[in-house]
Amino acid sequence: MSDTGKSSNRNFVDIEEAQKRCQGYRRRILEVSQNVTALHIAPAFSCLEITDALYNLIMKKDKSGEITDVFLMSKGHGCMIQYIILEEMGVLSSRDIELYCKPEGRLGAHPDYGNPGIHASTGSLGHGLGIAAGQAYAEKLKGTDTNIYCVLSDGECQEGSTWEAMLMAGNLNLSNLVAVIDNNDFSGLERMSEGHPAFYPLAEKAEAFCWEVVEVDGHDSAAIAEAIWNRSGTRPFLVVAKTIKGKGVSFMEHVPIWHYRSPNKEEYKQALLEIEGASK
Amino acid sequence: MRNTFADTFYKAGVEDPRLSIVVADISPAGSIEKFRSDFPDRFLNTGVSEQIMIGMCAGMAQRGLRPFAYTIATFALFRPYEMVRDDLCYQNLPVTVVGIGGGVTYSTLGGTHHAMEDVAIANAIPNMTIIAPCDPAETKAATEWCVTQERGPVYLRLGKAGEPDFSSSSPELWEFGKARKLRDGSDVCILSYGPIMKKAFEVAEGLQQNGKSTAIYSVHTLKPLDRKTISRVLNEYKQVIVIEECVSVGGLSDSVTRIAWEEKAGCRLDTFTLKDEFIHCYGSHDELLAAHGLSSEEILQKVSSD
Repeated sequence: MSDTGKSSNRNFVDIEEAQKRCQGYRRRILEVSQNVTALHIAPAFSCLEITDALYNLIMKKDKSGEITDVFLMSKGHGCMIQYIILEEMGVLSSRDIELYCKPEGRLGAHPDYGNPGIHASTGSLGHGLGIAAGQAYAEKLKGTDTNIYCVLSDGECQEGSTWEAMLMAGNLNLSNLVAVIDNNDFSGLERMSEGHPAFYPLAEKAEAFCWEVVEVDGHDSAAIAEAIWNRSGTRPFLVVAKTIKGKGVSFMEHVPIWHYRSPNKEEYKQALLEIEGASK
Repeated sequence: MRNTFADTFYKAGVEDPRLSIVVADISPAGSIEKFRSDFPDRFLNTGVSEQIMIGMCAGMAQRGLRPFAYTIATFALFRPYEMVRDDLCYQNLPVTVVGIGGGVTYSTLGGTHHAMEDVAIANAIPNMTIIAPCDPAETKAATEWCVTQERGPVYLRLGKAGEPDFSSSSPELWEFGKARKLRDGSDVCILSYGPIMKKAFEVAEGLQQNGKSTAIYSVHTLKPLDRKTISRVLNEYKQVIVIEECVSVGGLSDSVTRIAWEEKAGCRLDTFTLKDEFIHCYGSHDELLAAHGLSSEEILQKVSSD
């Protein structure tokens, strides 16, 4: 899938550049993990390329470089990658990241509405898509070209409220709404495919709710961007992004404890080596 | 009250294109139906889906609209509670949640439709404002306030339809956040809010006949509570009575009792609330209130005994 960017009819994606960015983001997240005891590291690694694609390839910017579309991290526990990208863009400062989860700071383990670049408070699952639908409807009513991008976990697709939002977005034909499901197949307790076999197929469920749906490799920024560029734009659009929880660090991949744990010094070194090695 | 709300909202909606209404499968009464046909884009029905009703209102408010969520009180507040708490209150968004049939107004529909603890629950959420008008005139004033407010989330608790007028001859105008005197008196003072105000007037008449001059205040704004007026009332009258259509925990009775203690008030204080009980009783609103011990006869007897 790595050469899909070349066939894009809208933009050429520099795949190496995207991979380099994502490597840098993983490195930075590992760095931050050494200052705090808990960071939701694996969930952030899981949706890292998704968030990269949305911020760096998809969302519209004005002349000053400010993003005019809206990004909502409905899986609030994945927010560290959002913070790191906002830091890179200068929306958040490195001081903000330094003070993450500290009483003098303003950033916590879930995004808070009102902080720079944060468009909704999330953390409790199953809220983001409903808010996104309201935002998308409001932008339609106002006649703007603003798109709303919402990143969901697959776990929160077990919340009934997510399906209320799916249904309503379909009813209202919210063509300015794009959702991406970070489909790493893990909820807190177990693999969805094992514990909840009726959970799949996912794409067909959303299609039945009048969404346009595409499945992609969720660790390929170019493929994600490509899918979004190529959507028909007549219906709400869903990307089911196949991902690996903890992606990039072998001992974190698919291991539930890394949902919340920060690596110790040894683990940090090992993780860093693996991240650096990935580029070679 | 329902129709007055609808008329008032319609008029405001003609002027302000940000005003929109999101209902969850409730038939729009009177002018809301007209609003729907005149401004179809600003009327949304989410169907039997209250979580998305509140979630969408939050998103709409964040992008500059002024949405009202509108359904039966239990479904406006209890069913989507976490959306009210997180999406509206935690994010502090100017959304009005209109609950129709607060308390036991839906007296024939059973416990699933009784919003017995609505005020208590809304009271406990930070950033929430609660307004509970007692009659159509107060509903008009409260709605006019809600359509222009930028303060944050509001729970506007209404009755149903057909409530009599209690307040249009009041010596004081309706003002947000201020308990309002509806009737003058010098011995006893009754504090109440919402459609159960009818009991306050019946009890006041009874007391008056027994030679006790009785005042009535509408405590229409329950959060923020007008502590100043309540403190003054507690110090000014020999006896203060609270009558409310809400469970005792977390309602006006609790607040007034706490203020009385903190202010070292010397008056006698009697409070009347819904019972801490699901009552399997079907009948008129008055009959339901009576089953909760809130008939005017029972209240009158209790406040008159030593």
